[in-house]
Order: sequence, then structure tokens, then C-alpha cells
Amino acid sequence: MTELLRIRDLSVVYKTRRGTAYGVNGVSLDLEENKTLGLAGESGCGKSTLGRAIIRLVPYPGQIASGEISLNIEREILCGGGVIRKGMTNLMELNDEQMRSLRGCEIAYIFQDPMTSLNPMRSIGKHFEELMRAHDPTVKKEAAVERAKEILEGLGISPERVLDYPHQFSGGMRQRVMIGLGLALQPKLLIADEPTTSLDVIVEAQILRQVAELKAKFDLTMILITHNLGVLAQTADSIAIMYAGRIVEVADTGSLFESPQHPYTQALLESVPDVSKPEKRLTWIPGAPPDLTRPIPGCMYNPRCPHVMDICKEVNPQLVPSKTGGLVACHLYDGG
Amino acid sequence: MSLRSFIVSRVLLTIPMIFVLLTLVFVILRIIPGDPALLHFERGVSPEVLAEFRARLGLDRPIWEQYVNYIAGLFRGDFGLSMQDYSPISQHIAIRFPATLELTIYAMLFAVLLGVFLGVKSSKRYNSTRDVSIRLFGIVTYAIPVFFLGMLLQLVFSVWLGWFPSGLRFNPRYHLPPPVTGLYTIDSILAGDFYAFLISFQYLLLPSVTLGTVLCGIFIRLTRTNMLETLRMDFVVAGEARGLSEGTITYGYALKNAFLPIMTMIGLQFAALLAGAVLTETTFSWPGLGRYLIDRIYYRDYTAIQGTVVFFGILVTLVTLVVDVLYAIIDPRIRL
Repeated sequence: MTELLRIRDLSVVYKTRRGTAYGVNGVSLDLEENKTLGLAGESGCGKSTLGRAIIRLVPYPGQIASGEISLNIEREILCGGGVIRKGMTNLMELNDEQMRSLRGCEIAYIFQDPMTSLNPMRSIGKHFEELMRAHDPTVKKEAAVERAKEILEGLGISPERVLDYPHQFSGGMRQRVMIGLGLALQPKLLIADEPTTSLDVIVEAQILRQVAELKAKFDLTMILITHNLGVLAQTADSIAIMYAGRIVEVADTGSLFESPQHPYTQALLESVPDVSKPEKRLTWIPGAPPDLTRPIPGCMYNPRCPHVMDICKEVNPQLVPSKTGGLVACHLYDGG
Repeated sequence: MSLRSFIVSRVLLTIPMIFVLLTLVFVILRIIPGDPALLHFERGVSPEVLAEFRARLGLDRPIWEQYVNYIAGLFRGDFGLSMQDYSPISQHIAIRFPATLELTIYAMLFAVLLGVFLGVKSSKRYNSTRDVSIRLFGIVTYAIPVFFLGMLLQLVFSVWLGWFPSGLRFNPRYHLPPPVTGLYTIDSILAGDFYAFLISFQYLLLPSVTLGTVLCGIFIRLTRTNMLETLRMDFVVAGEARGLSEGTITYGYALKNAFLPIMTMIGLQFAALLAGAVLTETTFSWPGLGRYLIDRIYYRDYTAIQGTVVFFGILVTLVTLVVDVLYAIIDPRIRL
């Protein structure tokens, strides 16, 4: 098993008028090749910020404060200022131009809302053309259009639609176009940020199946960001649960669903509706998501946790190995 | 709807618009109290002179006949006769209008290029020193009265430095290029007379920079606001995530999508400038149509006012038409 992505102590801060908020707070993560990691948590927990930090495009006014993001680059990449070498490379040490040449080429990113993710002024073919030419200026226009047709056909979109504009496509088709754009240059890592959240369930199932096929075909490694645990149950090899900018639990998908360790994970799974057990009342997590600009001492989850102990209000728990083979950050398990 | 049918239907819509405009101008000038013929002469003028005056201008006919003659005349390009010397107003327009048009075109060019460029620069570094100073420049130039700025530039560049003439359109000691368009810069290029081009450009520069500087503040603010909005949009971030170059993102993605409101403003300002360059024309003794209109108003030359206002009105309508067609060419969604 080769390591593809290694994140160490990554912190992203948002400097706002109300104070500094840690959108991502000291996150460490490892990802092996050809695996799918699910990143889950409630809105505002920092999962999208983490995804955007990996391509170093944190939304304004956020910025990466510290940490290491290392990617195993498998081919030499030519860019304006020279060559990016093969091997483990800390993305934080690359300059803007080098980083730009990695985006779309080694790392692809798919966004939540396909309706607004394509440039309304550009035809679909033009999207492919400018992507290819941005990474290799020698590509001819005709060759790019031919390649675009091939990709569209592979995604089940008729190739003559290459000249059409985004507004002439449905939401599901646009998301397929986005996937096509993401995979056009055969990246190693695909980050999908809620790729099916704004689509209806039938289209969602189609897209997820297509992504799974493409992942196998292109040996992709994937980070799937979602709040929909059902989606992760079908697609992810392992799952990381985030809360208040930190990872609170990482486990294989199977063991996470069978025996969730962290009280937050347990509560999250409880609150998923289950149609096979209509007698089960839907539960929710009491209290509100934490205010990241007003960090509290100890574990950020302690005001909402049913198992809260004295130490939880003083010491922040670190990730420790759990008995299911994963990692968990909770004082119930670290002997504290 | 194809682009052609859009243009045809838009042109057809213009016809009733112009008709309403013509009728309004006609009615308003007849509602104004006072007999134009009486106002034209000294007190105690003989009834025979009055009657002849009215007959030559057609003012002795019933109102409906005057209206029919007026509309019919416009179809032949006849804007009526001046009260002062019975000369055809179309002749005056033909002589004066190219001067105004040339001034307006160069002023607009200067304002749009500078304004959009500064607006883009400003929006790229939100709230930086550069942003603040560009905004300040926009406000200050917008607040300066155009005649004051004109006089200031005359003082510095004509009186002190002697680089540019302080008024008129062309050097009286040099012969004009043969008139084709009436725009001296274009005529001299058509005639292959480079020296004449230099002279006409030299005479044009101060007035058009004056007018353009005052206008560019609008374009700075408009560009900045719309750029800030589009730069935050999903497809811009998605483009960045595909590794497109900064230039493509700024101009091909953000500016192109921010351009529609800017174009509306170009159309509106262009129309307003054609009619409203009066102060600049006066400051620089520019022999344009704006000065002609002011002149006629002093003399209470009702027929000349009517003719000139109708001409401006038709012009504004046509500029709006052109802007609408350009919209459809730029934005594929409007053709729907």
C-alpha cells in the first residue's frame, strides 16, 4: 500500500470581525492509494474547508495557518518555472504557479452545485479546451475538442453537444460534465465536495455509480465530503468524522457503522432516519453547533455530550487508537 | 430563438418606441405657453411679417397637418427649418454632429478602458491600499466639475507646457483631410495623411481625456462591485480548482460575466454624452452639436430645438438597440 496524501497538523483560520475562527484545527490525516475516504460532519464542521485547503484554495477570508499537506506525485510536471519532481511533495512549499499546475492535473475537485459551477459564457467544449491548454499550451484546439467529445461520450452525453452552453444541460448532466472535466487530465486524487447533494436521489444514484466505475477505471483515490452518511456507507472505504474543525473519529466504514466509538458519531448515526424501522423515533443532537470564534476549554463537544466528565471541560482529547482499529479522540477511551 | 430572429424582433420593437418619442417631442413643444412666432420678433411687428414667417415654417396649418408634415419630413431626413434664417436643420446637424461623435467616442474609449482596468485591479485586492486609492481616485474625479478639470488641464498642458492646443478641432493653418465620415482622425487615416491624424489627435486629446476622466469613476465602481460579486461565484472557484491561469479567471471568467451591467452603463453614458458634452464643448470651443443646441435655446429657435432634440432622441434609441444586440452576442442565455 502506498501513501498518496499525508496531512499533518493542518490549521485553517478565518480572521473575521468577530474574532479568529479555526475552521480546521490541527488536523492530521493519511490516505492510501486507490482508497475512498469519506469526510462527514454537520454543517460548518470544517469538512469543506479541509477539502479546499488541500488544493490551497480556502475561501476568503480564510487562510492556512500552519501544517503540512504532502502529496505523492507520480509523474514529473512541467510548469512555468520548471519541473515539479516525482515523490512526496509538501504542497505548502510550492509557489502559486506550481500549485496552479497541480490543480486539475494531479488533484481534481468537484463542487456541490453543478448548476453554478460551469462558466455560463463558455460552451462545454471550450471548458475542456481551456483546461487542457492551461496545463499544456501545445494542445491544438481540434485535438482538445475531439478529446472532449470522447469524454462526454464515455459519460453518456452525446458528443455533438460539445458546442452547447451550460444552461442547455440538466443538473445531472452538468455534474457529469464537471466529473468529465475533473478526470480529463487523469489526476490521482479526486476531491468531491457534496457532489450529489443538490441532485435528486435517482440522479444521485446514477452519478455515484458512475464515479465508482471511473474510480476503478482510472485508479483514483478519492475524498468524498458529505453530510449524508448513507452515501458514505455505499462508497467509502473509511470515514473520518469531523466536529468543530477537528477529526474526532476515523474508522473503516463497516466498523464505524457497527460500533461507533465517539459519542458524537453515535449521535450522528442515531439521527439518520431508517425506513426499515418506522417505529424508531428520530433523534437529534441537543444544543447548537459550537461557535468557532469562541473556543471553549477542553473537548468542543462537551456541552452536548451525554457522557461528559470533568476532564472533558479542561483537556482537549487527542486521537488514540480505538478497539475497532481506527482512531478516536475522546476521554472515554484514552484512560483519562 | 436564433441570434438573427432576436435582432429582427428587437429592431421591430424600436419602431413604436421612436414613434412615441417623436410624438412626445411634438406635443411638448406645442404645450409650452407663448407663440413662438411672437417671441421671435420684437414687440410691434407687422401682421404681414408674422404671417409670412408662420407660412414659411408651416406654423399656419392646423396642428394635425403640422404633425403629419413633421413625421413625413423626418422620413425624408428633413428635420425642419431654423427660425433664424430658414436654413435646414439637417444641414447644421450634418456639420456639428461628427464633432460631438468623435469627442464622445474617444472620451468613452478612455473612460471604459481606464475604468474597467482600474476596477478589475481594485476588485482583485479587496480592501487593500491599492483598492482604497483606486476608489478614492474614482470618487474624486467623478466629483470634479468637468469644466474645472478641463480648465485645469488647459492651464497645465496648454499654457504652461504648451503640449496641446487649448481649443478647437483642427489647426487652421493646415488643410483638412477630405471629408468622408466627418471624424477628422478617421478621415485622415482614410486619406493616408498621417500628419493630419496627429494634429486632429492632438486637438482631441485634452477634451476627451477631460470628459473620460470624469466618466471613468462610474466604470471603476461598477466594474469593482460586479467583479467582487462574480469572483465569489462557484464557477470562478471551480475554474481555479482546474488550474486555469489567473488571466483566464480574471478576464474570461469573472469580467466576462460581470460585463453585462457595465455594457448597459456604456450604452446609457454614451447616449447621455452625445447630448451632454455641452460643458466640455464650451470649455474647449469644440464645434459640436451640444453647443449648437444651447445656442438655439438662447435664441428661442423652437424649430431648431425640436429638430435637434428629435435627432438626439433617435440616436439614444439606436444606441440602446445596439447595446441590446451586443448583449445577445455576448451572453448566450439571452438568445433563449
